[in-house]
Amino acid sequence: MENAILVSGLHKTFGRTHALNGLDLTVRTGEVHGFLGPNGSGKSTTIRVLLGLLRADSGSARLLGGDPWKDATALHRRLAYVPGDVTLWPNLSGGEVIDLLGRLRGGLNPKRRAELLERFDLDPRKKGRAYSKGNRQKVALVAALASDVELLILDEPTSGLDPLMEEVFRECVAEEKRSGRTVLLSSHILAEVEQLCDRVSIIRNGQTVESGTLTDLRHLTRTSISADLATPLTTIPGVHDLVVDGTRVRFEVDTDRLDETLKHLTSAGVRSLTSQPPTLEELFMRHYQGAAR
Amino acid sequence: MTGLRHLIRLILRRDRVLLPLWVLILGALPAVYAASFAELTPTEESRVLYARTTAGIPSIEAMLGPVYGHSVEALATQRAGLTLLIVALINVLVVIRHTRAEEDAGRRELVAATVVGRHAPLAAALVVAAGADLVMGLLTAAFMGFSGGSLLLGMSMAFAGIVFAAVGAVAAQLTENAGPARGLALAALGVAYLVRAAGDATGSDLSWASPLAWSQYTKPFAGDDWRPLLASLGLTVVLAVAAGWLSLRRDVGGGLLPARLGPAGSTSLTGPFALAWRLQRGLLIGWSAGFLIFGLAFGGAASGAADAFRDNAELAELFARLGGGASLTDTFIATLLGIAAIAAAAYGIQAASRMRAEEGAMRAEPVLATATARVPWALGHVVFAAVGPVVALFMIGVGLGLTYGADVGDLGQVPRLIGAALAQAPAAATLTGLTVALFGLLPRLSAAAWGILAICLLLGQIGALLQLSEAVLDLSPFTHTPHLPGGEVTALPLVVLAVVAVALTAAGLWGFRRRDVGV
Ligand SMILES: Nc1ncnc2c1ncn2[C@@H]1O[C@H](COP(=O)(O)OP(=O)(O)OP(=O)(O)O)[C@@H](O)[C@H]1O
Ligand SMILES: [Mg+2]
Repeated sequence: MENAILVSGLHKTFGRTHALNGLDLTVRTGEVHGFLGPNGSGKSTTIRVLLGLLRADSGSARLLGGDPWKDATALHRRLAYVPGDVTLWPNLSGGEVIDLLGRLRGGLNPKRRAELLERFDLDPRKKGRAYSKGNRQKVALVAALASDVELLILDEPTSGLDPLMEEVFRECVAEEKRSGRTVLLSSHILAEVEQLCDRVSIIRNGQTVESGTLTDLRHLTRTSISADLATPLTTIPGVHDLVVDGTRVRFEVDTDRLDETLKHLTSAGVRSLTSQPPTLEELFMRHYQGAAR
Repeated sequence: MTGLRHLIRLILRRDRVLLPLWVLILGALPAVYAASFAELTPTEESRVLYARTTAGIPSIEAMLGPVYGHSVEALATQRAGLTLLIVALINVLVVIRHTRAEEDAGRRELVAATVVGRHAPLAAALVVAAGADLVMGLLTAAFMGFSGGSLLLGMSMAFAGIVFAAVGAVAAQLTENAGPARGLALAALGVAYLVRAAGDATGSDLSWASPLAWSQYTKPFAGDDWRPLLASLGLTVVLAVAAGWLSLRRDVGGGLLPARLGPAGSTSLTGPFALAWRLQRGLLIGWSAGFLIFGLAFGGAASGAADAFRDNAELAELFARLGGGASLTDTFIATLLGIAAIAAAAYGIQAASRMRAEEGAMRAEPVLATATARVPWALGHVVFAAVGPVVALFMIGVGLGLTYGADVGDLGQVPRLIGAALAQAPAAATLTGLTVALFGLLPRLSAAAWGILAICLLLGQIGALLQLSEAVLDLSPFTHTPHLPGGEVTALPLVVLAVVAVALTAAGLWGFRRRDVGV
């Protein structure tokens, strides 16, 4: 089985809201896949369809070779899920919740459970509301990571974690990956995505707008260049946002036309040049912009 | 108290349907009672007889409160004794809904962080509850023609509510969650009712210990006396101040008692049923204990009726005729069990509604994302919603049987009254089934089950008095329960009710398997 998740042309409406509008998503077995998109773009909705909690209106979804709606129970034995907003039972302690969820999933590894509690510095004896937001999140994370499963579905799992814990989380995911698990990671934290993910999918308004490795995506974006030239240039073909100030020029160029543009600059004589590769933020900004419906 | 106005508006906005509804219905009830008395007992003679016979019996006084006169209005006032209980109950629920339940949901923080005084949320809930009570009281007076004691009756009803709004406010400060807060306040209400019942049944001053009695000792239409309401007002002020004081001594979201640590792990939480047990056991224990206590208390009061018989042969004969052969005690217990059936249905609805609450709080989702299938998850709760009311009814039967049996020296009453209590179960179960059906098929309308229960309650309370047609009365499942003890048992209606309950439950589970979770 090459793909752990294969979604194509998924549609889901809530009343008048078109939450998913022909969404595609492919997650290969054994990879950590980043799932990105602006607020309300449909990430959690997609995940709920994959968990068989929502029934898609149309389109196809396959999860671990099965149908997420029909084979829900069987598939859930093989995956663990961390919701973005964890609410716990007020009268159950964190430890009880971890054991409950683990057992409902078909068992959890006690050694791993103890180790994770230690690493996440979590007191399992507190009850529901006595946990802070980050600690509630940790309860769900420990429950998921201590389970012996093939696939982890994590919906903004680190929201509320402090940087130290965020680091622990990254180590854990890296370990999961090394032991061959597949991870679908929805996140707004780009550094986390950059560090962990093999491939990412960016969605907007319920549609996939980009999918691939980060290197692939970088190619689709622009590098900003500023240069001091020997002879002034007033036009440079194929660049964006050109600002000419005497001999100084500033502009952005599509990364795949970089070579061509640099040749053009050197022909005018370059005295100094700084080039800034696209940051991940810029990459996403470009995709996120115009998301407001 | 900054922001009080806005918070009041917020509460009114959230309760814009429910609030006017209960204010109007409860406000109109006494006038409905009066109208029906005017029709059923048109002559002075018949009313005197009624007041002497039905209304003056200790067991009836225990249930409804004392009767002070024999005018149509005075009889209606006594009849409204149970309405006081309902008014108080609603006030408790309203105040806790807008205080502790809001904190539970984490919404209070959102509000508390804005420019809102520390006491404003509590004050807003109390102001709305008290305001609604006063409007209800004025409506009562208006419906009764604003004459004589009608305003006093209205205000007496209003203050029964206001006092218990303040009780709810105190309870909301003490516990860390809405459930236990409700339990605590309702236990206080139960105690107040029992104390009044015991005092009225024995004709002692014990009743004065109960705020519910104060609303009856005003004697509307029978020598109006406003002074007892001063006690109500005083207690309200004390309780409200206490609630405000307590709220300063705790954190937003916290209880007054420090949260205790729990176990570091669990070996017993093995499946959906074990989880449901953890979430449902408090309800089961609370309701069962409450039913047992009520049974014990009223079993004792019931024999008071038997005493009245012994003293008065003429009366006994009249009752034998009125009750269609059943003894007065049986009639009394049957009436009581009719009320218990409604309460058991309320428990069933409450237990079944836990599913929707779990879903709404996003706690169903992580469980359903494990290998737990939907139907087993739901069944965990459904089992408690189905069996719990039966257990509670069993307990009231035991309680009634024990004290009544001990009084008349016949412990054979225990199985007889258990049987009579259990006969109420199928009707209660239909409402549980309805709740499950709504949850599965029309989840957004889940709360409608409470409305349907209220309609059944109204039909039972005033349907016969209004002489509504048979067909309308038949809509309520409780109409079909045989009048037990003493009445005739026919199995068919009970079987039909049980079948309806099972069918509704099955339909709900079928729907839940097919629908989206979290909508
Ligand atoms: N149960 C629901 N009922 C109605 N609309 C819904 C429901 N769930 C989601 N939506 C709508 O569907 C759209 C997608 O929501 P979704 O929660 O999937 O977004 P998201 O990508 O997870 O956003 P975020 O980054 O904020 O978590 C939103 O417009 C949302 O309002
Ligand atoms: Mg989301």
